[in-house]
Amino acid sequence: MQLNVLLFASYAEVIGAHAVAVSVPDTATVGDVVAAVRALVPDSELPPALVAVNQVYAQPGQLVCEGDEVAIIPPVAGG
Amino acid sequence: MSRAAVVERPIDVAALQSEVSSSAAGAVTLFIGIVRDTNAGRAVLGIEYSAYSGMAARELDAILLEATAAFAGVALAVEHRVGTLAIGDASVVIAAAHAHRAPALDACRYVVEQLKQRVPIWKRELYVDGSRDWVHARTDGVVSESAR
Repeated sequence: MQLNVLLFASYAEVIGAHAVAVSVPDTATVGDVVAAVRALVPDSELPPALVAVNQVYAQPGQLVCEGDEVAIIPPVAGG
Repeated sequence: MSRAAVVERPIDVAALQSEVSSSAAGAVTLFIGIVRDTNAGRAVLGIEYSAYSGMAARELDAILLEATAAFAGVALAVEHRVGTLAIGDASVVIAAAHAHRAPALDACRYVVEQLKQRVPIWKRELYVDGSRDWVHARTDGVVSESAR
Protein backbone atom coordinates (compact mmCIF):
# COMPACT_ATOMS: atom_id res chain seq x y z
CA MET A 1 0.00 0.00 0.00
CA GLN A 2 0.96 3.63 -0.41
CA LEU A 3 1.21 5.67 2.77
CA ASN A 4 1.52 9.42 3.03
CA VAL A 5 3.83 10.06 5.98
CA LEU A 6 4.02 13.44 7.70
CA LEU A 7 7.51 14.76 8.44
CA PHE A 8 8.67 17.38 10.92
CA ALA A 9 11.81 19.15 12.10
CA SER A 10 15.06 17.39 11.11
CA TYR A 11 13.22 14.76 9.03
CA ALA A 12 11.37 17.40 7.02
CA GLU A 13 14.59 19.30 6.48
CA VAL A 14 16.80 16.38 5.44
CA ILE A 15 14.18 14.77 3.22
CA GLY A 16 13.16 18.16 1.86
CA ALA A 17 9.40 17.85 2.31
CA HIS A 18 6.72 17.97 4.99
CA ALA A 19 5.15 14.74 3.74
CA VAL A 20 6.37 11.82 1.69
CA ALA A 21 4.67 8.86 0.01
CA VAL A 22 6.20 5.46 0.75
CA SER A 23 5.29 1.99 -0.50
CA VAL A 24 5.08 -0.65 2.23
CA PRO A 25 3.56 -4.14 2.44
CA ASP A 26 -0.11 -4.31 3.43
CA THR A 27 1.00 -5.91 6.71
CA ALA A 28 3.51 -3.13 7.46
CA THR A 29 4.26 -2.12 11.01
CA VAL A 30 5.21 1.26 12.39
CA GLY A 31 8.83 0.07 12.36
CA ASP A 32 8.59 -0.76 8.67
CA VAL A 33 7.33 2.74 7.92
CA VAL A 34 10.25 4.33 9.78
CA ALA A 35 12.68 2.11 7.89
CA ALA A 36 11.09 3.04 4.55
CA VAL A 37 11.34 6.75 5.33
CA ARG A 38 14.92 6.52 6.59
CA ALA A 39 15.87 4.56 3.46
CA LEU A 40 15.06 7.67 1.40
CA VAL A 41 18.25 9.27 2.76
CA PRO A 42 20.50 6.31 3.60
CA ASP A 43 23.64 8.17 4.64
CA SER A 44 22.07 10.93 6.67
CA GLU A 45 22.47 11.36 10.40
CA LEU A 46 18.78 11.49 11.20
CA PRO A 47 18.07 10.90 14.88
CA PRO A 48 15.99 7.93 16.05
CA ALA A 49 12.32 8.84 15.86
CA LEU A 50 8.99 7.78 17.25
CA VAL A 51 5.84 7.42 15.18
CA ALA A 52 2.34 8.68 15.74
CA VAL A 53 -0.63 6.96 14.11
CA ASN A 54 -3.73 9.12 13.99
CA GLN A 55 -2.02 11.60 16.35
CA VAL A 56 -1.28 9.03 19.07
CA TYR A 57 2.19 7.58 19.80
CA ALA A 58 2.46 4.06 18.42
CA GLN A 59 4.63 1.05 19.31
CA PRO A 60 7.07 -0.22 16.64
CA GLY A 61 5.11 -3.46 16.20
CA GLN A 62 1.76 -1.79 15.63
CA LEU A 63 0.23 -2.41 12.21
CA VAL A 64 -0.60 0.56 10.02
CA CYS A 65 -3.58 0.70 7.70
CA GLU A 66 -4.23 2.55 4.48
CA GLY A 67 -5.73 5.92 5.33
CA ASP A 68 -4.05 6.21 8.74
CA GLU A 69 -2.49 9.57 9.55
CA VAL A 70 1.11 8.48 10.07
CA ALA A 71 3.75 10.92 11.30
CA ILE A 72 7.43 10.59 12.10
CA ILE A 73 8.14 12.26 15.46
CA PRO A 74 11.81 13.20 15.88
CA PRO A 75 13.03 13.85 19.44
CA VAL A 76 10.76 16.56 20.78
CA ALA A 77 12.05 19.79 22.32
CA GLY A 78 9.16 21.90 23.50
CA GLY A 79 9.40 24.34 26.35
CA MET B 1 -11.01 24.37 34.25
CA SER B 2 -8.14 23.64 31.95
CA ARG B 3 -7.19 24.91 28.53
CA ALA B 4 -4.19 24.40 26.26
CA ALA B 5 -3.26 25.97 22.95
CA VAL B 6 -0.42 26.22 20.46
CA VAL B 7 -0.26 29.86 19.33
CA GLU B 8 1.61 31.90 16.72
CA ARG B 9 1.52 35.21 18.63
CA PRO B 10 3.18 36.51 21.80
CA ILE B 11 1.81 34.90 24.97
CA ASP B 12 -0.06 37.19 27.37
CA VAL B 13 1.13 35.99 30.77
CA ALA B 14 -1.29 38.18 32.72
CA ALA B 15 -4.21 36.84 30.70
CA LEU B 16 -3.31 33.27 31.61
CA GLN B 17 -2.98 34.24 35.26
CA SER B 18 -6.44 35.84 35.16
CA GLU B 19 -7.88 32.84 33.35
CA VAL B 20 -7.02 30.38 36.14
CA SER B 21 -7.61 32.75 39.05
CA SER B 22 -10.75 32.65 41.16
CA SER B 23 -11.92 33.78 44.56
CA ALA B 24 -11.26 30.24 45.82
CA ALA B 25 -7.67 30.11 44.56
CA GLY B 26 -5.22 31.00 47.28
CA ALA B 27 -2.22 30.20 45.10
CA VAL B 28 -1.34 30.78 41.47
CA THR B 29 1.94 29.49 40.02
CA LEU B 30 3.30 30.59 36.68
CA PHE B 31 5.99 28.84 34.67
CA ILE B 32 7.44 30.95 31.87
CA GLY B 33 9.87 29.32 29.45
CA ILE B 34 12.08 32.01 27.92
CA VAL B 35 14.51 32.03 25.00
CA ARG B 36 17.99 32.56 26.46
CA ASP B 37 21.14 33.88 24.87
CA THR B 38 23.42 30.85 25.20
CA ASN B 39 23.13 27.08 25.01
CA ALA B 40 25.96 24.60 25.50
CA GLY B 41 28.43 27.46 25.28
CA ARG B 42 27.14 28.83 21.96
CA ALA B 43 25.76 32.35 21.57
CA VAL B 44 22.12 32.13 20.51
CA LEU B 45 20.26 34.71 18.39
CA GLY B 46 16.83 33.12 18.59
CA ILE B 47 14.86 29.90 18.27
CA GLU B 48 12.50 28.65 15.57
CA TYR B 49 9.71 26.57 17.10
CA SER B 50 7.51 24.28 15.03
CA ALA B 51 4.76 21.84 15.98
CA TYR B 52 2.62 19.00 14.77
CA SER B 53 -0.30 21.22 15.66
CA GLY B 54 -3.18 18.77 15.90
CA MET B 55 -1.27 16.20 17.91
CA ALA B 56 0.42 18.83 20.09
CA ALA B 57 -2.99 20.16 21.13
CA ARG B 58 -4.22 16.63 21.84
CA GLU B 59 -1.16 15.75 23.88
CA LEU B 60 -1.37 18.98 25.87
CA ASP B 61 -5.04 18.28 26.59
CA ALA B 62 -4.12 14.77 27.78
CA ILE B 63 -1.44 16.16 30.11
CA LEU B 64 -3.89 18.66 31.58
CA LEU B 65 -6.42 15.88 32.16
CA GLU B 66 -3.78 13.88 34.00
CA ALA B 67 -2.82 16.89 36.09
CA THR B 68 -6.39 17.73 37.03
CA ALA B 69 -6.92 14.08 38.03
CA ALA B 70 -3.74 14.00 40.10
CA PHE B 71 -4.23 17.42 41.74
CA ALA B 72 -7.96 17.71 42.36
CA GLY B 73 -9.28 21.24 42.21
CA VAL B 74 -6.41 22.69 40.17
CA ALA B 75 -7.18 25.11 37.33
CA LEU B 76 -4.70 25.11 34.46
CA ALA B 77 -3.99 27.14 31.35
CA VAL B 78 -1.10 26.49 28.97
CA GLU B 79 0.03 28.21 25.80
CA HIS B 80 3.05 27.22 23.71
CA ARG B 81 4.21 29.60 21.02
CA VAL B 82 5.59 28.54 17.62
CA GLY B 83 7.43 30.57 14.99
CA THR B 84 10.69 32.48 15.26
CA LEU B 85 11.32 33.82 18.77
CA ALA B 86 13.99 36.25 19.96
CA ILE B 87 16.01 36.31 23.17
CA GLY B 88 13.68 37.12 26.06
CA ASP B 89 10.51 35.95 24.31
CA ALA B 90 8.28 33.54 26.22
CA SER B 91 8.00 30.20 24.41
CA VAL B 92 5.64 28.57 26.89
CA VAL B 93 3.53 29.76 29.80
CA ILE B 94 1.81 27.46 32.30
CA ALA B 95 -0.57 28.91 34.87
CA ALA B 96 -1.87 26.75 37.72
CA ALA B 97 -4.27 27.85 40.43
CA HIS B 98 -5.42 25.99 43.51
CA ALA B 99 -6.73 26.76 46.97
CA HIS B 100 -3.28 25.84 48.32
CA ARG B 101 0.30 26.30 47.15
CA ALA B 102 1.52 22.70 47.07
CA PRO B 103 -0.86 21.41 44.39
CA ALA B 104 -0.47 24.62 42.40
CA LEU B 105 3.31 24.20 42.36
CA ASP B 106 3.20 20.45 41.76
CA ALA B 107 0.67 20.65 38.93
CA CYS B 108 2.71 23.33 37.20
CA ARG B 109 5.85 21.20 37.47
CA TYR B 110 4.02 18.12 36.22
CA VAL B 111 2.76 19.89 33.13
CA VAL B 112 6.11 21.36 32.12
CA GLU B 113 8.00 18.10 32.61
CA GLN B 114 5.44 16.09 30.64
CA LEU B 115 5.28 18.75 27.94
CA LYS B 116 9.02 18.50 27.39
CA GLN B 117 8.89 14.72 27.09
CA ARG B 118 5.77 14.17 25.00
CA VAL B 119 4.39 17.13 23.11
CA PRO B 120 5.43 17.15 19.43
CA ILE B 121 7.09 20.54 19.32
CA TRP B 122 10.59 21.12 17.98
CA LYS B 123 13.11 23.90 18.18
CA ARG B 124 16.01 24.91 16.02
CA GLU B 125 18.48 27.31 17.56
CA LEU B 126 19.88 30.11 15.45
CA TYR B 127 23.41 31.04 16.50
CA VAL B 128 25.26 34.32 16.35
CA ASP B 129 27.87 32.71 14.06
CA GLY B 130 25.18 32.07 11.41
CA SER B 131 24.78 28.33 11.99
CA ARG B 132 21.67 26.60 13.29
CA ASP B 133 20.90 23.27 14.91
CA TRP B 134 17.94 21.16 15.99
CA VAL B 135 17.79 20.78 19.74
CA HIS B 136 16.88 17.39 21.11
CA ALA B 137 15.67 17.72 24.66
CA ARG B 138 15.60 13.99 25.33
CA THR B 139 19.36 13.83 25.09
CA ASP B 140 19.67 17.29 26.61
CA GLY B 141 21.91 18.52 23.86
CA VAL B 142 22.34 19.28 20.22
CA VAL B 143 22.48 16.32 17.87
CA SER B 144 22.15 17.30 14.25
CA GLU B 145 24.52 19.48 12.29
CA SER B 146 22.57 19.30 9.09
CA ALA B 147 21.36 22.86 8.76
CA ARG B 148 24.40 24.98 8.06
